Amino acid sequence: MTDNEIEKIEIDLFLEAVFRRYGYDFTHYAKASIRRRVRNFLQKTGYTRVSEMIPEVLYNESFFANLVFDFSVTVTEMFRDPDFFLSVRNMIFPYLRTYPFIKIWQAGCATGEEVYSLAILMTEAGLYEKSTVFATDFNDPALKKAKEGIYPIKNVKDFTANYQKAGGNLSFAKYYHAQYDSVIMDKYLKQRITFANHNLATDGVFGEMHLILCRNVLIYFDRELQNRVLSLFKDSLIHKGFLCLGTKESLQFSDVCDDFKLIDAKNKIYQKKF
Amino acid sequence: MKKYKAVVIGVSAGGMKVLTKLLSMLPENFSLPVMIVQHLHPSQSDFYIRHFNEKCALTVKEADEKEKIQSGYVYFAPPNYHLLIEEDRSFSLSCDEKVNFSRPSVDVLFESAVDVYHSDLIGIILTGANNDGAYGLQLIKNNGGLTLVQNPSEAESAVMPQAAIAAGGADDILSAEEIGNLLIRLDKKQQTPVYS
Repeated sequence: MTDNEIEKIEIDLFLEAVFRRYGYDFTHYAKASIRRRVRNFLQKTGYTRVSEMIPEVLYNESFFANLVFDFSVTVTEMFRDPDFFLSVRNMIFPYLRTYPFIKIWQAGCATGEEVYSLAILMTEAGLYEKSTVFATDFNDPALKKAKEGIYPIKNVKDFTANYQKAGGNLSFAKYYHAQYDSVIMDKYLKQRITFANHNLATDGVFGEMHLILCRNVLIYFDRELQNRVLSLFKDSLIHKGFLCLGTKESLQFSDVCDDFKLIDAKNKIYQKKF
Repeated sequence: MKKYKAVVIGVSAGGMKVLTKLLSMLPENFSLPVMIVQHLHPSQSDFYIRHFNEKCALTVKEADEKEKIQSGYVYFAPPNYHLLIEEDRSFSLSCDEKVNFSRPSVDVLFESAVDVYHSDLIGIILTGANNDGAYGLQLIKNNGGLTLVQNPSEAESAVMPQAAIAAGGADDILSAEEIGNLLIRLDKKQQTPVYS
């Protein structure tokens, strides 16, 4: 057996230990990227073999807390894929406008960049006041960061450029306050957002949503977990509700393919059929 | 005889020209799937895919997540995503943090390709202005794969080939044309039935 094959056993055992000890299920994550994360994490810990981390993760809860943080944070930015946000503005908002109130679920919100982008967009469309936004993630430290809404000032230049490409025509500076080398998002934007812990791999349905955004989360899951999550989204949406996936994700080949209509192929915006 | 199963290529600044040259050399019956990380602007349109499809006898496309890797195809990592290969020879994408200031990163693709193809892999580094891919190429070499680097004197930007050579990962340093010819020759040889 090669070292590579032995490492595969070690990773399986390690993920099994994490699941049975803490209930966090990474066993249905896409193997190649979880392997990368395990290796990166291993390098930081100073151990040389994955199996050496098993007793540590079983008995040391803070070791596990670091692991969760490392395993789940996806790097994102405000108005990532500006064209998508332009499409939300032009194709989804006219529908949402017709409802007396709007419920939105941002699933896998990580450190919050996307949910603030959405809040800005809704504010400008005059929809924010009648909205409730649920931003969920299973990563508590990331949720805490999202709630704080503090980002490095060096990222703001890119955020601003993206905002403009997404059809924003006001001054982006009105949405944040700068101090030293950070910016904090304006309090107003946080008003209608509820941040909550929710694990897509193990938790259940989430209210009757008009719009669910879950972009670049499914790419980390295997087909089985993808189907579980997509069914969850289907059951959490009202009829004619919208589902937005990442530009490289798709409902094609999934169990819920026939339950949705593709309304923007490039930006992967779907509408639940009646 | 040694049988290669896939080709991975890393390329950055100056890549359009050399890739056009290399990909247009590959014949229709070229049997090895080709996977490419080219550093592009995150919001790059798919113009480059259409361009390469016009020039190349093989089908050129951006890799989709969970797509099965097939012979006769040239796959590009989508801009702003890392490209990885799964055990069942399908693709995974990730938005993980940049590696060597790059997403997609050559190292990420090369490392995951080694996990799956082991020594049955050909790794190539072409022109580029940073050192992404140097680690990955060395990994391919250490695992018994074949590693080729574009001659820095020919490359539009010599940094990436030079970094790969300095890291000790190059089996051979060749011009783009020589790399193309070698790929065709190797593929032809392993497609020819051996009678014993």
